[in-house]
Amino acid sequence: MAIPYAKLPSWAELGVMPAVNVIAGFVVAGIVVAFIGENPAKAMLILIDGALGSLNNIFYTLFYATSFVFTGLAVAVAFHAGLFNIGGEGQAYVGGLGVALVCLALDHYLPWWIVAPLAIVASALFGAAWAFIPGWLQAKRGSHIVITTIMFNFIASSMMVYLLVYWLKPLSAMGPSSRLFEAGGQIPQFSGMLKAMGVAAGSAPANLTLFLALAAAWGVWKLVWRTKFGYEMRTFGFSPTAATYAGISSVRITVLAMLISGGLAGMMAVNNMMGNVHKLDIDFVFGAGFVGIAVALMGRSHPVGVVLSALLFGVLYQGGAELSFSMPSISRDMILVIQALVILFAGALENLFRPLMYFIVPAPTPVKEAA
Amino acid sequence: MAEPAIELVGIDKRFGPVHANKDINLVVEDGTIHGIVGENGAGKSTLMSILYGFYHADKGEIKVAGKPVTIHTPNDAIAAGIGMVHQHFMLVENFTVLENVILGVEGGRLLKGGEDRARAQLKKLAEDYDLDVDPDALIEDLPVGLQQRVEILKALTRGAETLILDEPTGVLTPAEADHLFRILGQLKAQGKTIILITHKLREIMAITDRVSVMRRGEMVATLQTARTDPEEIAELMVGRRVLLEVDKGPAKPGAERLRVEGLTVVDEWGVARVDNVSFSVRDGEIVGIAGVSGNGQSELMEALSGIRKAKSGRIVLNGETIDPVHEADPAKMRQRGMGHVPEDRHHLGLVLPFEESENIILGYHRRDAYGKGFNLDPDLVRADARRMNEKFDVRPANEKLKTANFSGGNQQKIVLAREMDGEPAMLLVGQPTRGVDIGAIEFIHKQLIALRDRGKAVLLVSVELDEIRSLADRVLVMFAGRIVGEVPPETDEGDIGLLMAGVTQKEAAE
Amino acid sequence: MDLAIVYSILDSSVRLTAPILLACLGGLYSERSGVFDIGIEGKMLFSAFAAGAVAWHSGSAWLGLGAAVLVGIAFSLLHGYASITQRGNQIISGVAINFLAAGLTALLGKAWYGQGGKTPQLANEARFTSLTLPGADAVKDVPFLGPLYSGIVSGHSILVYVAFFAVPFTWWVLFRTRFGLRLRAVGENPAAVDTAGISVVWLRYAGVTICGVFAGLAGAYLAIAQSANFAPNMSAGTGFIALAALIFAKWNPVGALGATFLFGFLQALAIPLQGAQIPGLGWQVPVQAITASPYILTVILLAGFIGKAIPPKAGGVAYVKER
Repeated sequence: MAIPYAKLPSWAELGVMPAVNVIAGFVVAGIVVAFIGENPAKAMLILIDGALGSLNNIFYTLFYATSFVFTGLAVAVAFHAGLFNIGGEGQAYVGGLGVALVCLALDHYLPWWIVAPLAIVASALFGAAWAFIPGWLQAKRGSHIVITTIMFNFIASSMMVYLLVYWLKPLSAMGPSSRLFEAGGQIPQFSGMLKAMGVAAGSAPANLTLFLALAAAWGVWKLVWRTKFGYEMRTFGFSPTAATYAGISSVRITVLAMLISGGLAGMMAVNNMMGNVHKLDIDFVFGAGFVGIAVALMGRSHPVGVVLSALLFGVLYQGGAELSFSMPSISRDMILVIQALVILFAGALENLFRPLMYFIVPAPTPVKEAA
Repeated sequence: MAEPAIELVGIDKRFGPVHANKDINLVVEDGTIHGIVGENGAGKSTLMSILYGFYHADKGEIKVAGKPVTIHTPNDAIAAGIGMVHQHFMLVENFTVLENVILGVEGGRLLKGGEDRARAQLKKLAEDYDLDVDPDALIEDLPVGLQQRVEILKALTRGAETLILDEPTGVLTPAEADHLFRILGQLKAQGKTIILITHKLREIMAITDRVSVMRRGEMVATLQTARTDPEEIAELMVGRRVLLEVDKGPAKPGAERLRVEGLTVVDEWGVARVDNVSFSVRDGEIVGIAGVSGNGQSELMEALSGIRKAKSGRIVLNGETIDPVHEADPAKMRQRGMGHVPEDRHHLGLVLPFEESENIILGYHRRDAYGKGFNLDPDLVRADARRMNEKFDVRPANEKLKTANFSGGNQQKIVLAREMDGEPAMLLVGQPTRGVDIGAIEFIHKQLIALRDRGKAVLLVSVELDEIRSLADRVLVMFAGRIVGEVPPETDEGDIGLLMAGVTQKEAAE
Repeated sequence: MDLAIVYSILDSSVRLTAPILLACLGGLYSERSGVFDIGIEGKMLFSAFAAGAVAWHSGSAWLGLGAAVLVGIAFSLLHGYASITQRGNQIISGVAINFLAAGLTALLGKAWYGQGGKTPQLANEARFTSLTLPGADAVKDVPFLGPLYSGIVSGHSILVYVAFFAVPFTWWVLFRTRFGLRLRAVGENPAAVDTAGISVVWLRYAGVTICGVFAGLAGAYLAIAQSANFAPNMSAGTGFIALAALIFAKWNPVGALGATFLFGFLQALAIPLQGAQIPGLGWQVPVQAITASPYILTVILLAGFIGKAIPPKAGGVAYVKER
């Protein structure tokens, strides 16, 4: 058992292994479907058709994927600094407060293309602020960041409900949500743009925020692999002691990485609030913060991988919604199950299928022993 | 003559691509002290771990007292009367001595009976072998010498007839080591068999009856100690004639480069690890700090390099006064021209999952040469890595290879290349040749001497007294956080040993 | 303050402490063996679901409890397989189990019972109801001590007593038995255990299995003692709070009792505070502040106003033999 896992060639490491892990997740999910008494193959077809069967469905898929790119990048950035930020859910939630404040204040007076950049900045600042405290506590007091970020998810939820119920809800409204944003608080959707060009494309909420997500992915790549700060972050993530030796401040890295991570998570709010529901309500995050964990693990914390796995989860979310409509016994909780299985197989059991790979890959690169 | 205590026949073991033991045969006679020597990675520890049931051999047979035995787990080894004292003690630090002794041989589901029995056993062993230790002391409160004694007691209470000791003196003062050897002598006199794994030829010559030499996984010779000499053993170890002496001319010390005044460093519990230390290093000289591991050398280096905050004191570097209490900052120390080759390259000096070029810039990564402003340009980094690999003979010369895949010697060369490339005015070097093969040791020693001859100041910390004596121009001895003496490197090893054990020069003179 | 209110708060404290204490002790066995388990929360949820479902189908609280414990063990073994055998990341494995629990219990609950994920309401016979300890009625009128015994000590479900009894029992196991000695050793220095000829893997599996039993008890308590059915996400962070309490307790069973009782007490204190006016300000305490209070408290405690907590040295790290 003392043999270190020999490194696979990068095509296997980055391409085949994640695929194998995802397939394993789907197989187990299929067993659950069969256990409930439905046909897994049929369910799979409905899911794929629901996600990709029409332009409308594809736009829905892209809409979800946009959110997951943000939350996936958030988790990935923190991973590079050796931090496990489970607080994306809460940070996105609080980011929504930033979006709401900007939109509610300005949507009457300014066009969306002025409001949106301000709202983006606000969402990032609010999300970052919510991530700051766990980051600071980890850096300065050594509080376990996993537990504090989980606690901050719970606290964010209570705080946002409180703000919605007591402060942001218009008197006339029934449920706890803010008033609807006016045109100045709405980011154009692709469907609307196509409609203007005379193409019928339904009313799916995919919107221009998608490009912001792709830009963020590029930005994260640049940050992690092409800047001195990214180098310091990776050094700290692999070896905190070597970072200290190199004069890299653990406090600075931990706090900054969490700020960036929280900021990315917070930006998720722009997609759903300005691009879709046009208000602040209590469930606009819909678990996207947690999906980010699976997305980052499956994408091996690389922006390209994150974008691809965000797409896969977009398919799952949209297809899953269609599935629960066609097969009522498979509720949308199924998505959470698959998400958990992906985390399990791509994260905790990442070495499970590795030995299998040696049958496919000619010979493992010999690892020369560091004597 | 009696059957040999241990006989290994055709032992073969691979770890993946590494062939650690190649068809090893070994006979250890009953009631003798048998040395096994070899370089790092020669396969000594693997062989003994197989004998102790820690690993399975792929092929081969083990005989104990002439009878073939199957040893698959340490339990089998213990049952066959084999005990082992590991290089890194296998003790639970927050347990008492007694708890450690009974772990695994509790003698029942409840602890009470086993504890009482072990207490009595310990008392008897203390009388028989002069192995006294308080059974209720916590391991973490005991000095290393006593911790090692607990390991020996663990083996004896389990009924060991053959005792394997893996590099037992690495953490001991010469005096403690002598005490250990006396104990081993007593054990031998009582009929026990001892296998001593070491790379220190002095120990082999001092106490063993026979010695086996390993090289690159092979057993190359077994000799009667009385009929051989260190040169012969060293040649067998390395496979060619080696220069044990380092070739260097006299130092030409220049101006004072570093002055340390009243430096005190405390650990997280407030215990002084470096206690009011003052000394200076001049240009063109190597000052060696000798001492048994754990006497404050690591903390001293960390405080000087800015990794660790000091409690009080002053550092003067290049004539500039630095407050080590408030201004501890490794980045600033580098800017001031202080290079640092750390003792523990795996934890401090290198990021093992990084590709080699990324380690070539560790600590120097903020330089504009590697990218303007915030940017970092991998092409510039790799180009610089190629240059340094050539200059310092790093093999393989592949800057894109993962650092973990380099051998220990080449990893150390990477660190050395990085820290020496900028011609630092002052270089801190800790354990430069730990875990490094003999070929690389020669190279590293030459580089350090050359740096000195170019007029740079070097502060060298090593627990290898031979290394200190052959490299340093002045030797400071550290004990319990203090500098207890300064001696010329030619000083007799025994005298330095006394200082390392805390006997001051004045006391020694009396 | 009215003594009756004090008694009532203490009584609720005991009830609210029980599930945290059970989860905390479970975590103690696992972490003492060197396996961190952030998935206790999920295991509690799985067990609560199993307890609620089986108790309803069988009409027996004991069968519900048995199912809860088995399910707790099953997911502990999954965590053990990932962290011990596969040497995977223990935090990630725990997170996966938490999500799996949240998803699967709701999915199956909705598919089978169609009540928004809840299991059907249980009759009292299928639950663990309050026990009246012998003599509780007799001493009720004795001043001071009477209500203390009859009101606070007596009148809880059997699982509460199991939880509190588990504290001295765990202490005895850890510090007086061979198993405890080995368990403590393997969390500190697995190599020492290995060279002493004891299986590190077996001990760690034993640790996580016991953790599963406790998580099962805690889950069963939520569904079939404290409530009368399972509801989605009913664990509501109890497992995480238990882990925080474990740190606060410095991995000691007696400390665990103190730490979890502190959480239980503060939660009990929050009940009468709901809707109460803050004196002098005329403000009402918002419900949300009360809901958030245990989580805020956890953060404050973790922020280290508790002195230095040193976890088992080998915790969180898979054991690999060194060459």
